[in-house]
Amino acid sequence: MTTTTTAQPPTTEPAPRIHSLGRSIRLGLSRVGYELKVYARQGDSVFFTFLFPILMLSIFAVAFSNAGNIGAAPDGTGGITWAAFYLPGMVAAGMLLSGVQNLGVDIAGEKGDGTLKRLGGSPLPVISYFIGKIGMVLVSAVLQAALLLVVARFAFGVDLPTGPEKWLLFVWVFLLGVVTSCVLGIALSALPRSGKSATAVVIPIVLLLQFISGVYLQFSMLPEWLQNVASIFPLKWMAQGMRAVFLPESFAALEQTGDWNLPWVAIIMGVWFVVGLFLCRMTFRWIRKDS
Amino acid sequence: MTDPDNVVSVRDLRKTYGTATGLAGVTFDIRRGETFALLGPNGAGKSTTIEILEGYRDRTSGEASVLGVDPQHGGIDWKARLGIVLQNTGESGNVTVLEQLTHFAGYYRNPRPVGEVMEAVGLTSKAKTRIGNLSGGQRRRVDVALGIIGRPELLFLDEPTTGFDPEARRQFWELIDGLKADGTSILLTTHYLDEAAHLADRAAVINGGVIVDIGRIDELGGADARIPVVRWRERGALREERTTEPAALVAKLHTEHGGEPDGLEVIRPSLEDIYLDLVGASRIGTDPLDTASPDTDTTSAEEARA
Repeated sequence: MTTTTTAQPPTTEPAPRIHSLGRSIRLGLSRVGYELKVYARQGDSVFFTFLFPILMLSIFAVAFSNAGNIGAAPDGTGGITWAAFYLPGMVAAGMLLSGVQNLGVDIAGEKGDGTLKRLGGSPLPVISYFIGKIGMVLVSAVLQAALLLVVARFAFGVDLPTGPEKWLLFVWVFLLGVVTSCVLGIALSALPRSGKSATAVVIPIVLLLQFISGVYLQFSMLPEWLQNVASIFPLKWMAQGMRAVFLPESFAALEQTGDWNLPWVAIIMGVWFVVGLFLCRMTFRWIRKDS
Repeated sequence: MTDPDNVVSVRDLRKTYGTATGLAGVTFDIRRGETFALLGPNGAGKSTTIEILEGYRDRTSGEASVLGVDPQHGGIDWKARLGIVLQNTGESGNVTVLEQLTHFAGYYRNPRPVGEVMEAVGLTSKAKTRIGNLSGGQRRRVDVALGIIGRPELLFLDEPTTGFDPEARRQFWELIDGLKADGTSILLTTHYLDEAAHLADRAAVINGGVIVDIGRIDELGGADARIPVVRWRERGALREERTTEPAALVAKLHTEHGGEPDGLEVIRPSLEDIYLDLVGASRIGTDPLDTASPDTDTTSAEEARA
């Protein structure tokens, strides 16, 4: 153990200002790489959050494989397979889980184990920390969705859209949905009192949302009042946006308004994004002062 | 408060938690380049003080200035000039020592080279080991490494060597000696009085939320506390006498006894004895969590002495 000898002597005048937007973004990008490394090395969270939608799609596809097509004509022809029917919901569930569940539990855990306390004492801007988290979620969500589509296409023979306008739709619904999920996850992480209780707080919320938002249960089968309740929350709109991408136009008639209602998909997710940002700003603290 | 020679300046710092008092009026300064130790039993207010200065806690009243900035409103630029080694950390540790240090080095404008820091804390051979797989003492060295990587002007060390084996503590002391030689100012809390004696230029003994003594390590407790004790046995009973002239007393005893007195000892109070006296004496008067008793000791010992 030798001592350092090259340190500069401390100066009495304050150091030059290092707090700038460019620096915040650069540190944010460096956090993305760091967060991805940490995330990929956590076996359990990768399994549950990353592979969950793929496992669920597989289960539904296999379980209903003998049930015939959905939306088939009376003579049994046409329609789509159950795998194709469940695909949009699973893409939406993946978007929600990657953001809300992953970050809600992850950040509450980092609060509990002292990670945030250390970061709070370092010159890392809060915005860089957020960029790191959101970037990590975006990368993992893109990989997850890609894997989900590959499994759907090649394991279950689901026809994927071919037109560029459908994929353009996919991109904006996906990005807006994931980023909205991220800010809601960050905001939600303020709720658990400890890292250990985070799963117990977050999982019931996302599970409930998945059941009422047309992920596991066909949305058009739900009673109207429950559809209206679900319409308050963003997952219903993520799923609807994804149905617009992946389901045939004939299925639009099953939606509440009889069409895909894409403007409202954008509006409701946008509102939740702003609400989430506001909540993050209001509730996020590196540590609970004076706890 | 604006004396540029002081990196830390604290006046009548108070902190209450609900109805409980954590700090009942603490006043001290740390001069640039100085290593200052906060000593005291568990719950005395050491960590509360250091966490207020680090910006982690808000004070209830009083004034505090750290590198000329109110720590309650310290921004990114202020944090870049500090090094903080927290008391306990329990991160999952999925990254290697090298990855962690390289990443944190990126937060600072002019960081120390990562290799140099790993060498300084003795972790070069563990560079590729994940932090989660290190021993407790090695993890602590990572904490210290993260604290010094940004070339801090002021380094906070909250019980830095807890869990170190004696050799690791010696090595840690060498590291701190090197930082001191570079001109780093240091605020240290520790339970090890030999550590404070070795590292600190000055120390404050804090108990029950007040400073019971402050000064150079060799001045703590005042001159009286350092008066040697001569102890011997006389007709089976233990006798002791405090005297500034122990040799004269021993000579007198030798004459009176007509030879060697039984069980003769000349004891110079160690820092630990002085510390225990200070803490013991202050404990009789004040109960740290008793808000019913008014704070009688609102002026610090330093002010009282001045």
